Amino acid sequence: MRVVAVSCPAIPSSAIIAELRESLKKVEGDGLRRRPVLPFGIGAIDEKLAPGGLRLDSLHEIAAASAAPSDDAAATLFMAGIAARAWGPVLWVVRRRDLFAPGLYQAGLAPERLIYAEAADDAELLALMEEGLRHRGLGAVVGEVKRAAMPNTRRLQLAAEGGKTIALLLKRHARAATDKGGGNPLAVPSAAVTRWRIAAAPSAPLPVGAAGVGRARWQVELVRQRGGEPADWTMEACDETGRLALPARLADRTAGAGRAYRHAA
Amino acid sequence: MLRGGGWRPGARWARVEGADARPRDRRAGRVSEAAPHPVKAMPPDEGRTPVRDPRATPPSASPPWKGGAGGGSADSSPSARLRADPPPTPSLPGRGAVPRITSLQSGNALIIAAACPAARALGLAPGMAVTQARALVPGLDIRPADPEGDRAALLRLAMLAARRWCPVVMPSGDDGLFLDISGTAHLFGGEARMARRIVALLKRHGFTARVAVADTPGAAWALARYAPQICPPGAHPDALAPLPTAALRLEPRARDVLKRLGIETIGQLAAVPRAPLARRFGSTLIARLDQASGRLAEPLDPVIPPEAIGVVQRFAEPIATAEAIAHWLGVLMPRLVTALAEAGLGARVIDLVADRIDGVPQRLRIGLARPTRDGAHLLRLIVRRIEEIAPGYGIDALALHVRRADPLGAEPFAETLEDRPPDLAPLIDTLANRIGISALWRSVPVESDVPERSVAAAPPLDPPPRAAPKSKPDDVRQLDRSRPLHPWDARWPRPVRLLRRPELLDHVLAELPDQPPKRFTWRGMAHRVVRADGPERILGEWWKRGTERHSVRDYFQVEDDAGQRFWLFRRGDGERGETGDLAWFMHGSFG
Repeated sequence: MRVVAVSCPAIPSSAIIAELRESLKKVEGDGLRRRPVLPFGIGAIDEKLAPGGLRLDSLHEIAAASAAPSDDAAATLFMAGIAARAWGPVLWVVRRRDLFAPGLYQAGLAPERLIYAEAADDAELLALMEEGLRHRGLGAVVGEVKRAAMPNTRRLQLAAEGGKTIALLLKRHARAATDKGGGNPLAVPSAAVTRWRIAAAPSAPLPVGAAGVGRARWQVELVRQRGGEPADWTMEACDETGRLALPARLADRTAGAGRAYRHAA
Repeated sequence: MLRGGGWRPGARWARVEGADARPRDRRAGRVSEAAPHPVKAMPPDEGRTPVRDPRATPPSASPPWKGGAGGGSADSSPSARLRADPPPTPSLPGRGAVPRITSLQSGNALIIAAACPAARALGLAPGMAVTQARALVPGLDIRPADPEGDRAALLRLAMLAARRWCPVVMPSGDDGLFLDISGTAHLFGGEARMARRIVALLKRHGFTARVAVADTPGAAWALARYAPQICPPGAHPDALAPLPTAALRLEPRARDVLKRLGIETIGQLAAVPRAPLARRFGSTLIARLDQASGRLAEPLDPVIPPEAIGVVQRFAEPIATAEAIAHWLGVLMPRLVTALAEAGLGARVIDLVADRIDGVPQRLRIGLARPTRDGAHLLRLIVRRIEEIAPGYGIDALALHVRRADPLGAEPFAETLEDRPPDLAPLIDTLANRIGISALWRSVPVESDVPERSVAAAPPLDPPPRAAPKSKPDDVRQLDRSRPLHPWDARWPRPVRLLRRPELLDHVLAELPDQPPKRFTWRGMAHRVVRADGPERILGEWWKRGTERHSVRDYFQVEDDAGQRFWLFRRGDGERGETGDLAWFMHGSFG
């Protein structure tokens, strides 16, 4: 409105145009760059993400690559790692009470920070998430749904904007592939800023002669993001502080550098 | 058995007493060794679950009050007619056989706080050392005393009396109540009848009581404890005269001195000239004497029963729309908040009652996670649920009732000044009023190796800080300077989702005794294991369930050729059959 009022003079001069640009910038909030972000702390991922990390004030969708329990657990831990690195208490809205708190603790999400809520159906779950986002006192709000239509995710995104609460939505696989999109939960259109697909991958190889499971690895795929390109990586799973890592070979490290073999002991 | 040694008293005692009271073996781990395990002796009151019950205080030896000397005469005395009864000496019906005492820590010693009639008959008395009592009476039932609980129970009883019998009620000491029944006795059929009814009521509640009615609190106190009766107006000096001086609520020292002087009864004391008494004992003795006789007033400090807080708005014309209800709630809520602030309370549960003109009240209940009197927050919670009210033909009255309230003092404005974490209570309230407080929880660690038991649910607000166990100054564990280990430490990896109950695996190929499976079938899918960690052996918690005494679970973390990681376990350790049947189960998946 103000813009219209100022632009009334018949002959626009460069000074006026500059002023207008300045006020437009103020109104629009300087694009994406000013928004608070949560970086992964890994250059390879952060440089692919348009704002340099996960935007704190928006919705992110995560889905497992398949209905297999390992992929589902990987997606859950991926979310838990992000929530663990957020700043404050975390609200986790579930449909079933099958989360195992020690597992979340080992991804960096301490029980003192975590509040669980159980919703009866997807609509209630989304409403609870929205309440949590509007409260502004939470660091992250996590929800697990079977399906969420475009208007639902749009509501969540609107509720998240302006705050510092990151919204994470786990799209679980429906039991039967009756979904539109043949069982792919990310096929439904959504207002989420980024959409991720996580799969479990063979663990880090151990030195020759050592038996055992190395640090878990995931196939992390950034399926869509607003204002950026899709990408995919093979990552090492969350450590006790919720941080991912690049496998040793990709990060130009020697095989004996140790970080990848923490679980070998 | 008696080879060489002959008879030793201790040995026989130990055989008789110790056999049934202690578990035969206390071993957590391997049970196959047949060697007997030395059992450390335990004092009986530590081995038992502590019982926290104010009624566990044993009854004192108190004869039940018998019907007094006729009804009260017309009361022309200016002083109040008072009664004192010592009610909180409850009895447990049908438990008379076992002598029971309660123990109280006093300095370094454990002394008897109270003893039941059976225990008193055996010579036990309050103030004795518990060790002595235990030596005197084997098989004594000893419970920890709970003075705070007793006091709270007495206060509750005082509230009950104040609601039911007369407005002025005051607890006296730890074991009595004063009731000022002036002007209320006729409502209950006269003093004698009222006294009988009070004793009957207290008996129904499990208390043994003695009642006396007299003109002054001091006289009623003395008579209730030493000669329960209904004292006619003005007759209390005569009734008090034969009682011992202890009935005057004197200090023990003053009692001893009086005894040495040869003054045994109140009558003798009253006959002594007052000036020398005051010089010798100070003013307290004289004051007590005067309070008993009525020369000195003794005002009572009555308990005030809390009154329910509520506000009502009636309408000349019935209202039926959501907007009208919201408007009137906006009018009612500030009044409720003012009432709460005056009482120094914060609401925990509030009922909204809408009276419909057809006489069917509509009720809404909101609960709050923390006491609050924030009007805007309460209003938001209620207005959100207006749609649940069915107005029918119209509502002619709206009322807000506080069902539960907790003390809430003044609150500082510090939140705006310093940077502190935001308050989650409003969010919890909002969520709890939508899905119920039972659907909101927080998990707390439990020191248990069994995965299903290592997590407990706790209320969502105010997590208790993990208190480090207090250790004595000479505890050797203090030498360990390492960081205390969290029960969920990452050295024992746990899956992020646990199957509700472990699922049986088929076609498992594994080497005994401690090799992970080479392949298995779960939910109809065959998996070939390429990597594995384990076993992590978890033993049954024999102290919780007897059936777990021998049970063993060997957990393995395995990875199949597709990169999926699972948490499996085998029932049994693979060597001894009693530890399990060697069946394999799936318990969760790692990411």
